[in-house]
Amino acid sequence: MSAALELRDEGDTLLFVLSGRLDAESTGRLWTEAFEGLDRKKPRRAAVDASAVDYCDGSGIGLLVELRRRQGQEIEVRGLAPQFKSLLDLFPFDTKEAPAPERRRLSVTVEIGRGTSHILSDLRKQVAFTGELLVNLGHALRHPRDVRWRDALAVADAAGVNALPIISLMGFLIGLILAFQSAIPLKQFGAELYVADLVAISVVRELGPLMTAILLAGRSGSAFAAEIGTMKVNEEIDALTTMGLTPVRFLVLPRILAGIVVAPLLTLYFNLVSLVGAAVVVMSFGYPVVTYNNQVVHALTLTAVMSGLVKSFVFGVIIAGVGCQRGLTTGTGAIAVGVSTTRSVVAGILLTILVDGVFSVVYYAVGI
Amino acid sequence: MAADAIIRVENFTAAYDGKTVIDDISFEVNRGEVFVILGGSGCGKSTLLKHMIGLYPPYRGRIFIEGKDIAAASGAERLAILKRIGVMYQMGALFGSMTLLENVRLPLEEYTELPPDAMDAIARMKLQLVSMKGTEEQMPSEISGGMKKRAAIARAMALDPQILFLDEPSAGLDPITSAELDGLIQKLAKSLGITFVVVTHELPSIFSIADRVIMLDKRVKKIVAMGKPAELRDHSDNPWVRQFFNREAEAVNAG
Repeated sequence: MSAALELRDEGDTLLFVLSGRLDAESTGRLWTEAFEGLDRKKPRRAAVDASAVDYCDGSGIGLLVELRRRQGQEIEVRGLAPQFKSLLDLFPFDTKEAPAPERRRLSVTVEIGRGTSHILSDLRKQVAFTGELLVNLGHALRHPRDVRWRDALAVADAAGVNALPIISLMGFLIGLILAFQSAIPLKQFGAELYVADLVAISVVRELGPLMTAILLAGRSGSAFAAEIGTMKVNEEIDALTTMGLTPVRFLVLPRILAGIVVAPLLTLYFNLVSLVGAAVVVMSFGYPVVTYNNQVVHALTLTAVMSGLVKSFVFGVIIAGVGCQRGLTTGTGAIAVGVSTTRSVVAGILLTILVDGVFSVVYYAVGI
Repeated sequence: MAADAIIRVENFTAAYDGKTVIDDISFEVNRGEVFVILGGSGCGKSTLLKHMIGLYPPYRGRIFIEGKDIAAASGAERLAILKRIGVMYQMGALFGSMTLLENVRLPLEEYTELPPDAMDAIARMKLQLVSMKGTEEQMPSEISGGMKKRAAIARAMALDPQILFLDEPSAGLDPITSAELDGLIQKLAKSLGITFVVVTHELPSIFSIADRVIMLDKRVKKIVAMGKPAELRDHSDNPWVRQFFNREAEAVNAG
């Protein structure tokens, strides 16, 4: 059995005659009808006749309470069965009751001010973190025995060795794709052998370090942020601090050291695999491997290889550092860990590309 | 009270983002006693604890551990203070990537020159002390909440500290486990002479372990009562304090 509502005028009182079963389902249908009626008639007083109501749960009571709130005065409820009346009595009418809280809107000025102060305090934290990291790196250089090498090795294993399959796949495909794409215009000039030069130089100088860094940010920078962030939420960072172990030395340093070692090695590996990918394309044009090999060796200089590796060394520091820093600044709760993880990837990639731009300018200026 | 204060808190004020949480309180903790900080939720108990262990600098006032200002100390001096204290965090805060034995061993590895097998032996002894023998090789994720807290106490005791801080030791535990933990605290206080600073709001715990309590009130942000729990229950001149102790105590007796 469902519920029904009838509006009846009794002088200056609007009477809501409710009947049937008032549960979550049926009340929903009556809700709009009831308040539309109230808005249309704007009666001086309202009353409810509930004598024909045979069931009423929280939603039905909700309707009555809301009716009273919108009317702004106590309303008479007639004939509500005692077992339901006791439910209604849990919500006594309060004339001072504040209207439903509206979400406070901040003015644009306040929003801008808040945003700016947020960014500044974030910047301050990053500068402090960088400083602390440098001090700890200096200490590690002077006292290498204080470094937790076992942790660094474990991180290097997870961030480096375990990344080999995906690096292989990506490197091979990028080499292949780049070779194919460049083969089309070069073929017009009968210069398809120069695909080897093009792929070798662009991968070794630019794509290798960059792609490896992006992969590292997605795989490992995020993992650092999530792991350290969870430790923060679990008070494990506090526990370290009260043991007198600084989180930067204990957690960040091993990860940075691992990043420094792993990023150039992975880049080197990426370069190699993508050259293999390009070789497949060049050989399919009918050139022997030896020719391709000679072409690549001729195209590449030690400076080109080193310039790429120096970049990836810096990218490794950036990605590991950003991941750890985001983890350490995690707030409270599970959401904060997610936010830190996202930020670590976004900021890691962004910073990497920015620094890459700086490198390009510097390399151009010094003529490398 | 007694002259032998191991911790002294002087005119301490704590504030987050300009909002005062605790306003100008002073008290002392005596050597060897079980000192309980209590109060309702959100009254700043844990905040006070985190300041006492030096995680945050006080907004105003000073905190002395064995006569040394913990917020002002840095470097080796701070380390010396930190080695004298051990902390058990609310959820244990064991390092998830290490076994229980490795967790307890960690402070020993970092601060002592003991040979590895000596570290293992000492770590095992500490675990035995909290009745956790035979769990050395388990990971923190494999054990129950009560065991985590006990293992955390074992880790906090690794360097034989003078003071142990416990943050809500009975929170989230069933009454039996919670009583076991209370028994452990009493045992350690008696046999090893460790000073305990315990944050809790569990009345049964308070009556069984506390030598002295201070009670914080969220509304005035100050200490509203200090003394032995039973005396406060019966003779406090603050009705709210009497009510707090009595109402709950009656409920406990009735149950």
